[in-house]
Amino acid sequence: MTDIFAKHQGLREAYEGLTAASPRNPFEVVIERPISASVGIIEGRETLLFGTNNYLGLSQSKKAIEAAVETAETMGVGTTGSRIANGTFGLHRKLEAKLAEFFRRKHCMVFSTGYQANLGTISALVNKDDVLLLDADSHASIYDGAKLSGAQVIRFRHNDPVDLEKRLARLKDHQGAKLIIAEGIYSMTGNVAPLDKFVDIKTRHGAYLMADEAHSFGVLGAHGRGVAEMQGCEDGIDFVVGTFSKSLGTVGGYCVTNHDGVDLMRLCSRPYMFTASLPPEIIAATMAALEDMQARPELRTKLQENAARLHAGLQKVGLKTGEHVSPVVAVTLETVDQAVGFWTALLENGVYVNLSLPPATPDNRPLLRCSVMAAHSPEEIDRAVALFGEVARHFGL
Amino acid sequence: MTDSVAGISGMIIEKLLANPKVPRDIDGNSKIVEDLAFDSLAVMNFVMEIEDELDVSVPLDKLADIRTINDLAGCLHTLKVAHA
Repeated sequence: MTDIFAKHQGLREAYEGLTAASPRNPFEVVIERPISASVGIIEGRETLLFGTNNYLGLSQSKKAIEAAVETAETMGVGTTGSRIANGTFGLHRKLEAKLAEFFRRKHCMVFSTGYQANLGTISALVNKDDVLLLDADSHASIYDGAKLSGAQVIRFRHNDPVDLEKRLARLKDHQGAKLIIAEGIYSMTGNVAPLDKFVDIKTRHGAYLMADEAHSFGVLGAHGRGVAEMQGCEDGIDFVVGTFSKSLGTVGGYCVTNHDGVDLMRLCSRPYMFTASLPPEIIAATMAALEDMQARPELRTKLQENAARLHAGLQKVGLKTGEHVSPVVAVTLETVDQAVGFWTALLENGVYVNLSLPPATPDNRPLLRCSVMAAHSPEEIDRAVALFGEVARHFGL
Repeated sequence: MTDSVAGISGMIIEKLLANPKVPRDIDGNSKIVEDLAFDSLAVMNFVMEIEDELDVSVPLDKLADIRTINDLAGCLHTLKVAHA
């Protein structure tokens, strides 16, 4: 009998090599419980959380918690069905209307996760006759959605409008639809996309443009509508996709658009159709968090200040970060061993960040990925920066 | 030199050898993943460099069938002829 796991041998060797050099499995960190948005208990210790994507701290929003409790008590804890069967409650429609209004778009579809929002939107929009042009550093959910769609996939160089235009020019005789996909803020590096430049290009070449604002929703733009709002190019973005699991602190995803054709996506998007819909208490918490976010624009101001403080602090202690100041601040290191040692020292001294390893990182180098929150105090950021500095000196960096 | 599969293959090998980590004894039959120890991301990024050289774009699904340097050269040649 063929060993069904034989194909994972390379992965096993890499995994065992990694865990042999580390006192713990970096991919199985357990947050025993959060104490607040910025502090959790890990291995019995109070630990500063600098890797949770909880940008506005709304996972601990009192209003969202109250809404979830009240809704669970009155409606139960699940829908037990998909959106096209018994899984659409009044709340789902209400959230879709609220999001459409927030983004000033005609239509909104809500998905059960952000991953499924990308899978469901991309696979419904394009098929084998079409071409997808993906930023080379796109998230796995975009690549997986592309694969599910069956469309031809062409990568363009990360954040490079000139390269995108060159590739579109090569497609001038292509008869099918062309869909460009870029992210607002890139999840690994914090880089911000030049969406305004992509809008100019897509207009000239007769293509559509989809922006994944997962990490920029609630974070950038005067009202929190993301990079497109910040760059003043919302009208040129055909589809905006995002998630509730970052700035809104819950779970779920969405696609908003002005294209009326999106209604039929509800009948052909398999990741939308063939999965259970979001539970009512999550929908209620998400709506309350959205209201909280809209009512407190000062959270975004605080977040930007904190992002600038962390970014400048890490650069000051001599570490290599990306050039963009955004709530994702990634420290680039050279080797996996160095990154595991650095990450371990941070955790054992009370700071949790994400350890990101190739090939999930651009440029084949490991990252210590930090995400900053509005809920962090300046003292917490300074403590984290000081520890980064101490560990860097210890490793001779 | 990029008008034939052999010419493109030679150009690919030359580009690969510019990377000191690539074994010195590669030829057109070398397997890109097994012999060169490229992971999926490294393959995609390398192909991007070659694309610019030949002014073609290789759809990702085409990469799934490519095992050797000559396979890649054949794929690029077909795309270049179709694009000409």
